[in-house]
Amino acid sequence: MAEITYREALNQALREELDHDERVFIMGEEVGYFGGAFKVTDGLLATFGEKRVRDTPISELTIVGAGVGAAMGGLKPIVELMTINFGLLAFDQIVNSAAKIHYMFGGNAKVPMVIRAPQGAGHQLGAQHSQSLEAYFLHCPGLRVVIPATPADAKGLLKSCVRQDDPVMFLEHESLYGVKGEVPDGEHFVPLGQANVMREGKDVTLISYSKCVYDAIAAAEALENEGIDAEVIDLRTLNPLDIGTVVESVKKTARAIMVYEGWRTGGAGAEIAAQIYEAAFDHLDAPVERVATLDTPMPYNARLERAALPSAAQIVQAAERLM
Amino acid sequence: MEDLNKELLLDLYHTMVRIRMFEERVRDLALKNEIPGFVHVSIGEEASATGVCAALRHTDFITSTHRGHGHLIAKGGKLDRMMAELYGKRTGYCKGKGGSMHIVDFALGILGANGIVGAGLPIATGSALAAVVAGRDAVTACFFGDGASNEGTFHESLNLAAVWKLPVIFVCENNGFGEFTPAQTVTSVRDIATRAQAYGIPGLVVNGNDVIEVYRYASEAAARARAGGGPTLLECKTYRWEGHVVGEQAFLGAAAYREQAEIEEWKKRCPLIRFQQYAIASGRISAAELKKIEDETLAELDAAVAFARESPLPDPAEVTEDLYA
Ligand SMILES: Cc1ncc(C[n+]2csc(CCOP(=O)(O)OP(=O)(O)O)c2C)c(N)n1
Repeated sequence: MAEITYREALNQALREELDHDERVFIMGEEVGYFGGAFKVTDGLLATFGEKRVRDTPISELTIVGAGVGAAMGGLKPIVELMTINFGLLAFDQIVNSAAKIHYMFGGNAKVPMVIRAPQGAGHQLGAQHSQSLEAYFLHCPGLRVVIPATPADAKGLLKSCVRQDDPVMFLEHESLYGVKGEVPDGEHFVPLGQANVMREGKDVTLISYSKCVYDAIAAAEALENEGIDAEVIDLRTLNPLDIGTVVESVKKTARAIMVYEGWRTGGAGAEIAAQIYEAAFDHLDAPVERVATLDTPMPYNARLERAALPSAAQIVQAAERLM
Repeated sequence: MEDLNKELLLDLYHTMVRIRMFEERVRDLALKNEIPGFVHVSIGEEASATGVCAALRHTDFITSTHRGHGHLIAKGGKLDRMMAELYGKRTGYCKGKGGSMHIVDFALGILGANGIVGAGLPIATGSALAAVVAGRDAVTACFFGDGASNEGTFHESLNLAAVWKLPVIFVCENNGFGEFTPAQTVTSVRDIATRAQAYGIPGLVVNGNDVIEVYRYASEAAARARAGGGPTLLECKTYRWEGHVVGEQAFLGAAAYREQAEIEEWKKRCPLIRFQQYAIASGRISAAELKKIEDETLAELDAAVAFARESPLPDPAEVTEDLYA
């Protein structure tokens, strides 16, 4: 076990997969000479050369579309979108091509492509640079949606994504790159579709993913002082979704809070709440709560930004309401 | 410059000085973390914004970019309200909700800075359409970078504006880089202006550090557009002296993407110094007149910073205001 950052864990996964399979290549804006806007691809160009690590023009739609074609042509592209906000320019190729090709062509073609994109708010970058858009992709059948919180999961999930054959939206949080954690040495894979119970508890289940997992853990620690015993689940992947682990926990605690940085309305939390109602309605003592981002574009001013974003304090309040 | 009246010449200089001083101050304040977020400055590129906007009327439109302070100032933006916006204050142009990448003043025909590369091009096409439909002879000047010319929106907008003969001046400020990538490594042509040929419109390379040359080309493009002659692509060749984003040295590490000597070479072609030399050599403008402009601008800027610092912060409850019209 080594203690490394989320960024280093991703870099290791990329390095290992480039090494493992020569069909794997990386392309995106600033990924080569500069090593990535968040330095995730640092050093890879030097090791693997320009054929395997390609700097592109600022052309998101075509970068992703070229990834689709390259995947259909037998390669395994890892496309980096500088941030998910700019990925909106590529939405057509993600939704109309990548997600559909296997099904629409009757299983005759596949698109083994991983699209990596940082997302999230918290740095006063304003409305167009602060979004968490996982729900857009969760809504679309045919895409895998992977959203790790810890360095170990970042590495293990990314490697698993590269080894499977479906198109993946691999969403990283901009605030997590410097977070350190233990990562197993050597080949480390985390399978898609397995949630992780980060903390066991019996009174309320906090269900989260990505950066909000840390807020949920902080809230659980605060709740402990109040005598409330919270369980924390990190979903790790939204598609496939490990609803079994969630339902099992809710049957035990009878209360659930969804914690996520996407907008509250139509967010992943709404879908998971619906699935909890479908599978465990009779076990609930209270409606499922959602602690999420306010339904507004992200404001620039720090005070307003804090007011818009979910926080550990809001999770604590939600738990208190439920008890 | 003999044919240009003195008032215009002094205005051109005044605008460039306002941009330069504002951005140098903003850079310093951002380095001290007094201004947060992403701040992109256009120091060294002042002549293109200034020359183009001088060729426009008050009622014309502009669209801007993430590197937009210069465009806004050139179109008449007020330094105090801009500064207050950068401070995230309620008195700022967007009540503290926008920040550097999203400043706007609709009363001046400014349709907004924009944090998405290439997003201004279709918007400019649409504002030009609005003017035509309303029977007004307003033009839209659309600023964007060399990097943006590789987005689909560039190609789609030039085509549509050409087909509908819309009054747009597409102004590509080619400063040599998109972030840390040299333009020539990701762009199919050396001169982006040549791309105009594909859309059957005029495409002209302009010395982007010569405010008078920019003004002349932009005036011609504006006149053509107003007369129903359709869009023009102007490529202003220039150079970004500062980093892509203020503070980039902190995370660039060893990845320097250009030579210091190249920066120094371009500093010798400073648009402000170039203008000073012209002006004084022409015998029509004295050094004292230029100095007076600089002194007045400094006072205006100091007042803008004081206004921004003293202005109230938004109330947290304002977070949900202005969502719908
Ligand atoms: C659609 C989109 N892709 C990527 C980015 C990130 N980004 C911001 S500025 C920039 C470079 C833009 O280069 P250019 O258009 O030449 O303008 P310059 O910064 O040189 O003024 C990039 C890639 C973005 N903001 N929007």
